[in-house]
Amino acid sequence: MFGQLIVSGLAVGACYALLALAMVIIYKSSEVLNFAQGEMAMISTFVAFSLLESYHVPFEWTVVITFLFAILLGIFFELVFLRQAKDPTVIGLIIITLGFEMILMGFAGWKWGPDQRSFPFPVSNIEAYNFYGLIISKINFWTILITLVLMFILFLFFRYTKLGIAMRATQQNQLAARVMGIRTKWILSFTWAISSMVGAVAGMLIAALGILDPPMMMDPLLKGFASGVLGGMTSLPGTAVGGAMLGIIENLFGGYVSLSFKSVVAFIIIVLMLCIRPSGLLARHYVKKV
Amino acid sequence: MDIKRNYYEDIELFKSNTILVWSILFLIFLGILPWLITKYHPLGMSLYIVNLITIHAIVAIGLNILVGYTGQISMGHAGFFALGAFTTVILILNWSFPLYIALPIAGFVSSAFGFILGLPALRLKGPYLAIATLGFGMTITTIIKHMEFFGGRMGLQTPKLYLLGTPMKDIHYYYVIMIIAVLMVIGAVKLIKTRVGRAFIAIRDSDIAAEAMGVNLTYYKTLAFAVSAFYTGIAGGLYAFILGFINPESFHLIMSITFLAMVVVGGLGSVMGSIAGATLMTFLDIKLQVIQDIPAIGPALVTFSQKYMSIGGISNIAVIVYGLIMILIVLFEPLGIFGFWIRTKRYWKTWPF
Repeated sequence: MFGQLIVSGLAVGACYALLALAMVIIYKSSEVLNFAQGEMAMISTFVAFSLLESYHVPFEWTVVITFLFAILLGIFFELVFLRQAKDPTVIGLIIITLGFEMILMGFAGWKWGPDQRSFPFPVSNIEAYNFYGLIISKINFWTILITLVLMFILFLFFRYTKLGIAMRATQQNQLAARVMGIRTKWILSFTWAISSMVGAVAGMLIAALGILDPPMMMDPLLKGFASGVLGGMTSLPGTAVGGAMLGIIENLFGGYVSLSFKSVVAFIIIVLMLCIRPSGLLARHYVKKV
Repeated sequence: MDIKRNYYEDIELFKSNTILVWSILFLIFLGILPWLITKYHPLGMSLYIVNLITIHAIVAIGLNILVGYTGQISMGHAGFFALGAFTTVILILNWSFPLYIALPIAGFVSSAFGFILGLPALRLKGPYLAIATLGFGMTITTIIKHMEFFGGRMGLQTPKLYLLGTPMKDIHYYYVIMIIAVLMVIGAVKLIKTRVGRAFIAIRDSDIAAEAMGVNLTYYKTLAFAVSAFYTGIAGGLYAFILGFINPESFHLIMSITFLAMVVVGGLGSVMGSIAGATLMTFLDIKLQVIQDIPAIGPALVTFSQKYMSIGGISNIAVIVYGLIMILIVLFEPLGIFGFWIRTKRYWKTWPF
């Protein structure tokens, strides 16, 4: 029972971690908290769903096309809406992302209707692997594996590629990065593209674990924020750890205490973390004074 | 003309006789509005829509005290709204309180929760506060949904109220809601002009500077949350009655965002702006929900939907328009309708020049 709960919690936590990673990548580089992240992921997932169901595209190509769509969506939002805002306030930026969230949500509701669907993921969610008595359903196993691989790729990208280093430089000091000859505006667009793509992966995995309908990302969005806060909104490894921890804690709470109040855990974690250690578990404390 | 000679002149409700006369005329207009509407139905308005607009205006004013004046963002006001609605209904259903006692109690319950939420908010800024309040709003509805005491998933039926032996209708509710709304507007205007409001504005502009000037941050930040929650709770209690039933599903995240949209569209830091924003956004929302009935555009959209979209989700156009308005307002008119009004006024004041 305990091991089972840990494993399924880890799978859900992996999805949260991916979603939180997508937010943190943006938050680090532009101080924008992207409330539209969940809906961007949802739209990408719906695109994948349409490709699979209506046009019968093979799964590998679906993934490629969905990634392209997600990249374009991210760049579109950055270019068309965010960049137009002239010295916006924090509230203004939040409102812009909320507005985009509503546009996407309305569009999804209009295009695909309010029905609940199941996302045709090539891995079955009924069959299971048996590791020495520990039963892991195939979908959970693959979710964890995909997340780990994606995180490793992201790590390599940020550590070793020229573009990744340029992105980190922009995150640390935009002005200095520009003086060094980095086109920071392009980098910003690129950040949005990567974040949107990571979000799309999270969306597809969440849809595969559960169901697919327009409001499906409401709950994971809050969980994504919670994992970000838990691990530290400015630290990528912290976010990954935070997501995994949140998934496990939540699942244990659901298994042993109360299933119906499971989603309260995220809020309690947010409040406790923000009160005790606002910077998160793995990020350095940093206070902006004036 | 605009010189203030002493403090009392500054906190006066009516700055000049012109404003006084216009205010009285507006009150008379509000008094005869139900008659006008039931007789002529301008723009397809009904008393239900006017009631909804008034309730949203109360919420928008409450939220504006928090967001526009104190500079603390909240994305959990649907939670306070739900608290107000459920408290009122439960007090009346289980213990048969009269409305005029149940409503203030609901307001105070809601503001107690606002105070509690204000405590973590003391240490949080901008995005983090948005996350915490977002979580609060979603958690309150989750808790309500899973407790049998609140009617669970099915929600509660609002009890029928009686006025002198006859059941109350929309028109009676109109006067009840409007009187409460007018009182709350006056309360908000007064609050902003006096010591407390100045402290709020000082916190918005720079909380460190405000603290250095002797503004007690703990007290005033939690007070802003409590006052804002009080307004929203009262509005929630009234909302339960014009809707007829309440269920936790309807107090979702989108509702909090709509409240925020009203405040932003109306103008941050303006009571009159909040009223204008609430009026415009509620009206648009209700009209766009039934967009297929609008002449000329409606049928075209229906055929378009049948061809490329889904016909069942056509009411989602309202959500899209909402989102677009929010973004456009932030991009092009950051002070909202109020900012537009100020610019127009200034333009005409010096007109030929």
